[in-house]
Amino acid sequence: MNKHHAIVYWTGFAVVLALLIAAPLVLPEFWRRFLTEILIWGLLAMSSDVLIGYAGMVSFGHSAFFGLGMYCAAAALLTVSPPNLWLAIIAGLVGSSAVALFVAYFSTRLRDIYFAITTLIFSQIFYVVIFTWTEVTGGENGLSFRRPALSIPGLFSTPFTTETLHWFVLAVVAGSYLVLRRIMHSPFGMVLQSIRENEGRTRAIGYPVERYKMVAVMLSGLFAGLAGVLYAVQNRFAAPDFVYFLVSGETVIFNVMGGIGTLVGPIVGAAFFLLLRETFSRFFTEYYLIPVGIIFIAMVIFMPQGLLGFARRWLNR
Amino acid sequence: MGAILEFIQSIPYDQLLIQTLNGIVTGMILALIASGLTLIFGIMDVVNFAHGELFMLGAYIGVVVLATSGSFWLALIIATLVVALIGAALQITTLRPLLGRDPLTTILATFGISLVLQNYALWQFGPVARKIQEPFTGQFTLFYLQYPWYRLVIAGLSAAIIGGFWLFLKYGTFGIWIRATTQDRTMAQAMGIPVPWVHTAVFAIGAGMAAASGVLFGPLVGVNHAMGLDWVLKAFIVVVVGGMGSLGGSIAASIFISLLESYASIWVSPAQAVIVSFVVLILTLLFRPTGLFVPTPK
Repeated sequence: MNKHHAIVYWTGFAVVLALLIAAPLVLPEFWRRFLTEILIWGLLAMSSDVLIGYAGMVSFGHSAFFGLGMYCAAAALLTVSPPNLWLAIIAGLVGSSAVALFVAYFSTRLRDIYFAITTLIFSQIFYVVIFTWTEVTGGENGLSFRRPALSIPGLFSTPFTTETLHWFVLAVVAGSYLVLRRIMHSPFGMVLQSIRENEGRTRAIGYPVERYKMVAVMLSGLFAGLAGVLYAVQNRFAAPDFVYFLVSGETVIFNVMGGIGTLVGPIVGAAFFLLLRETFSRFFTEYYLIPVGIIFIAMVIFMPQGLLGFARRWLNR
Repeated sequence: MGAILEFIQSIPYDQLLIQTLNGIVTGMILALIASGLTLIFGIMDVVNFAHGELFMLGAYIGVVVLATSGSFWLALIIATLVVALIGAALQITTLRPLLGRDPLTTILATFGISLVLQNYALWQFGPVARKIQEPFTGQFTLFYLQYPWYRLVIAGLSAAIIGGFWLFLKYGTFGIWIRATTQDRTMAQAMGIPVPWVHTAVFAIGAGMAAASGVLFGPLVGVNHAMGLDWVLKAFIVVVVGGMGSLGGSIAASIFISLLESYASIWVSPAQAVIVSFVVLILTLLFRPTGLFVPTPK
């Protein structure tokens, strides 16, 4: 039974991966970029699923981690010449995990709704700082920069095309998925899930719950920052809008639509949301959030498990 | 010591006076919004993300009624009633089905409502800010500075609405039901109190109060579709700093935070002054996570 599950699971994984690898070869330019964007938002949503789905903490502050990853990558790309991709990634990860440590230190003292509101307000702190510190962050206009080349030092260096960028993003997202899945199946992940199920009992057994929560927030922030770096590389700019709490809200929407606690669900949710946005903005132009919002409310009421919720147990085996 | 003395001498005292008044005025508006929010939280465990949008909707309905009837006071009353009805409808359609589920799902539902309402306003009224004409424009002289009467009237009216609401909670039959439901939902139901309708009424009252503050505050700033966002964040800070679910605490915290922000904006830009309230929030979370203005829990 267990072996059977593994075969089906990894076959499914390989098929999806193969489809995503082949996609840019057949899709037109617009949908190629669209797919890459789905993967990036999916990574952000997946990082927040670590908190929402596994540790049971709904974060409304993921825009801070995403945005700091973005801005630190931007800083690295602007100060070092020629711009280096790996340096940008390292800078983004350091920035976002530093912010995550700061946020985690304060917010993990609180639970449930209080945690959600606190993370939300912390992300607004970073928004205000970035928005008003014009000399460094470019204020409202943000920063724009050149895209770094895809390179391995000493081996090769080639400028990104839409295809190679897509493959690069896909590699990062797939790698992150595997890493996060492994972590969530490790004893550490099990403790997080037991915190979700019964925090008091977990503490009574002797686990330092606060420390686990802090590490969970930092882990989540790290991957959210990685998504921010990828977004910066894809779009060649960093803007304060991405630190605004609406981005955090959308991240939570991706999770709920796709199904929390599945890691792949949030990616599906991001794809679903972005497709809805694409479809409805043909009819409703910029007011697409009216129908999408109504669909979201209906899903919260009638389909709280999300699109992949039915497969949650299976995916976590 | 010298530096401190120099700093004290450098404080512009006339501005300090004006900012004290401004702080109290915005504090009262904020209290009007936050008391609805904290009541809704205290009774139904609902964090109402759409509260800022109800505020915004109130301001817009005020604009429309003012344009057709020409009376500011009529606009205030109609906006309050209409938004209270909208609030009741929203509660019945989206929040009632979620009763008994994880309180976090209500954040999601109200966040969805907030997105829909905000974009609806953008679609209906466009991105250009509207202005509500203040009902009277007189000013009075404070030593040698001019200060508009209207602002003081806002503060007074907000205080009157909150006071009336407090009396209603204290002595009205429905108010007593509301307090009973806050204390123990199951017991209240067992005593024959129609708890679902108490929830709807509380949501409607909170929505109406938010709308009233939207109309009152409209003349001071432009009315636009995104105005609710700033206020709902501020109201969240106030509700956490004041102690979740405590009415008196959130009123005190509203005034406290607004005063600090107004004083800070003497030295820095208003956009940066917001950081002061964030700092207050962090300090509160560190040293008194149950809230600054509530008695220490035993």
